[in-house]
Amino acid sequence: MSQTLIVEIPAGGHSKRRRRRRTVERSRQRFGYLFVSPFMLVFAAFLIVPLIYAFWMSLHTKTLALGEHFTGLDNYAQAFSDPQFLHGVSFVVRFSLVLIPVQMLVSLVVALVLDTLTDRLARFARLMIFVPYAVPVVIGAMMWGFLYSPRFGPLADIFGVFGAEAPFPLSPDNVFAGLLNVVTWQWAGYYMIIIYAALRAIDPSVYEAARMDGANGRQIAVRIKVPMISSALVLILVFALIGTLQFFTEPQILRSVAAGSIDAAFTPNIYAFTTAFSYAQFNYASAISFALGAVVFVGSYLFLFLTRKKSGLT
Amino acid sequence: MRSIRGSRSHRRGWVAAGISAVMVVTALTACSGGGTTEGTGSTESAAADGGGSGGCTNEIKVPGAEQVTVWAWYPAFEGVVDLFNTTHSDVQICWSNAGQGNDEYTKFSTTIEAGTGAPDVIMLETEVLPSFIIRDGLMDLTPYGADEVKQNYSPGVWADHSNGDGVYAIPVDGGPMGMLYRQDIFDAAGISVPTTWDEFAVAAQQLKDSGSDVMLTDFMTNGRAYLQALFAQAGSEPYIFDGATPTDVQINLNDDGTKKVLNYWLDLVDKGLVATDDGFTTDYNTKLVSGGYAVYLAAAWGPGYLAGLEGADPNAVWRAAPLPQWDASNPVQVNWGGSAFAVTSQAKNPEAAALVAKEIFGTEEAWTIGIEQGALFPLWLPILESDYFRDLAYPFFGGQKINQDVFLEASAGYAGFTFSPFQNFAYDKLTEQVFAAVQGEKDGNQAADDLQQQVVDYATSQGFTVN
Repeated sequence: MSQTLIVEIPAGGHSKRRRRRRTVERSRQRFGYLFVSPFMLVFAAFLIVPLIYAFWMSLHTKTLALGEHFTGLDNYAQAFSDPQFLHGVSFVVRFSLVLIPVQMLVSLVVALVLDTLTDRLARFARLMIFVPYAVPVVIGAMMWGFLYSPRFGPLADIFGVFGAEAPFPLSPDNVFAGLLNVVTWQWAGYYMIIIYAALRAIDPSVYEAARMDGANGRQIAVRIKVPMISSALVLILVFALIGTLQFFTEPQILRSVAAGSIDAAFTPNIYAFTTAFSYAQFNYASAISFALGAVVFVGSYLFLFLTRKKSGLT
Repeated sequence: MRSIRGSRSHRRGWVAAGISAVMVVTALTACSGGGTTEGTGSTESAAADGGGSGGCTNEIKVPGAEQVTVWAWYPAFEGVVDLFNTTHSDVQICWSNAGQGNDEYTKFSTTIEAGTGAPDVIMLETEVLPSFIIRDGLMDLTPYGADEVKQNYSPGVWADHSNGDGVYAIPVDGGPMGMLYRQDIFDAAGISVPTTWDEFAVAAQQLKDSGSDVMLTDFMTNGRAYLQALFAQAGSEPYIFDGATPTDVQINLNDDGTKKVLNYWLDLVDKGLVATDDGFTTDYNTKLVSGGYAVYLAAAWGPGYLAGLEGADPNAVWRAAPLPQWDASNPVQVNWGGSAFAVTSQAKNPEAAALVAKEIFGTEEAWTIGIEQGALFPLWLPILESDYFRDLAYPFFGGQKINQDVFLEASAGYAGFTFSPFQNFAYDKLTEQVFAAVQGEKDGNQAADDLQQQVVDYATSQGFTVN
């Protein structure tokens, strides 16, 4: 098509050259598309098409007794008025509000400390703090299940020394803190690496200048380093927010040792999973998933909008 | 120099960002790990569906014969499969273990929704049959000669596997309930074996008063079928559901029997006489065999479960006795668990599949393996009524003939039970309500009433007419 364009329009030297450059660019772009097409194919087959199919499913209602029929947005109306779904959403929102600050603080402090150290011990410590992230989430959750166990875990022994009875971290009152600990343990190291990488990207001459101006270590950390890595912090926050709103693996695994505290609608994702695979309501489960998607989208968009000056992601 | 350095660290920032992006994708994939694992099982079975012995756990003895794919998780099942395959030249079983209980049902449920990927024959617990029948996942076996084997099962058992006019599964094993107890702990505390629930409560108090830190037993809030069976013993009949009118269901989860049993146990819990640990966890298993509880209220498959657990107390002396009764003059026998073979509606050759379902546990040789290696309780009358089974002495129980003493009577007295077509949901809610009651959030009556309300609401939302 671009070739016919050239033939048809008689043109002088300058514009002709420009047009030819555009033609070259276009054919280059065509090759570009060719190169990304394998990815696009996989992307479409395993993400776009299933998403559309799930959305289509979510517009239908299938009940055990009456079969399937088109109901439009009824499932969504039901989801947003379903106390179990709303209970799950409220849990993950509350959980995010506590978890994200805690794990950001932990990872930020560790990264700042490690950034000032350069010996072999620091490198070893960095690796060790990162290791929990390398443990698969399922294995990590099972491990904590054993650590929390009143019979096998160390809690009973530790509390026994002081003659006290050990609390069960997965009892209804403690499950929030119990899970908080597991997730922070698993993810703080990963966020630490991101922050650490961002810190290493800062030109050290900035510190030199600050030190000449009389800033001490703490001032450099708080006044110089933290503001300069704010975009990395925002990135982490968005990752953490999206991940936490979709909270699934840890509670799903720990359900098998604390079925009472972690019920079938503990988080929206668990609710969707149970609804689909345990109660065979695939249509309503699709609607729940999309409703959760909407919550995540609104949440992260809102957050990015509020931090647009800091993030540099606009 | 400076500019080069600057650009390098800039690039390093991008690399870091790129790496972190990749990691996020990995993390998100990891989050859906549960689903992926489920999927793997189906893929395996799909491979098995493709024929050839490549996808089978067992060895195909007659390569040219018609193959029937089977999902099952019976212990020592491989021997039974091999026996079938060596004695049949026209049909061969291709067996794979797609997980135990809910793990398997999740996969099966997905294959029903997908319309492909199900095995030809599937092992199902009796309690989930209505849930799969109503989704048209199972085939009526009446046209494939189910009646030929009907006389091999007691009428109550046969009724449990029928729905309306159809027969949807061939029974395999049952779970009549009894009481397994630690003779040594009982003797040390001077407790005699309770025969009624009143005596059981007294025994619990005695055990505590003796200064022992052993609990008499565990009231598992996640007991599901176990709780349902205990309620049924006091006359609870929670569901009336018949395949002839599949959109009608009667729900009665808060009747007097349920409330009586629930309040009885909550009282023991309040007095600190029984444990309330979640069942089937590693903690629970260990406590079970290492002297955490003195009594295991068990189904007939319980001894096999117990014997298979690790960390057992080598000095434990286990004996079996009948389940305590509410009214000793009018004993009621109940059942916990039990399973059957059903033919799925996706079976390629229903005739061959039905043959497998009918014959796999239809010989004495197969049952010898099932009983002696798998510790199954047979529902197949020729073996159930045999002298061999009655007189079988169990070394685990110090040579006690537990079938004669306990389980045969329990099995003979069992009158059948109707489950709902949304049993999984009802069980989840049962767990939540009983847990809330044990936590002291509500009393037993309130828990039963709330359960009734939740299940009725659910059934209504699923299009059932609830009477």
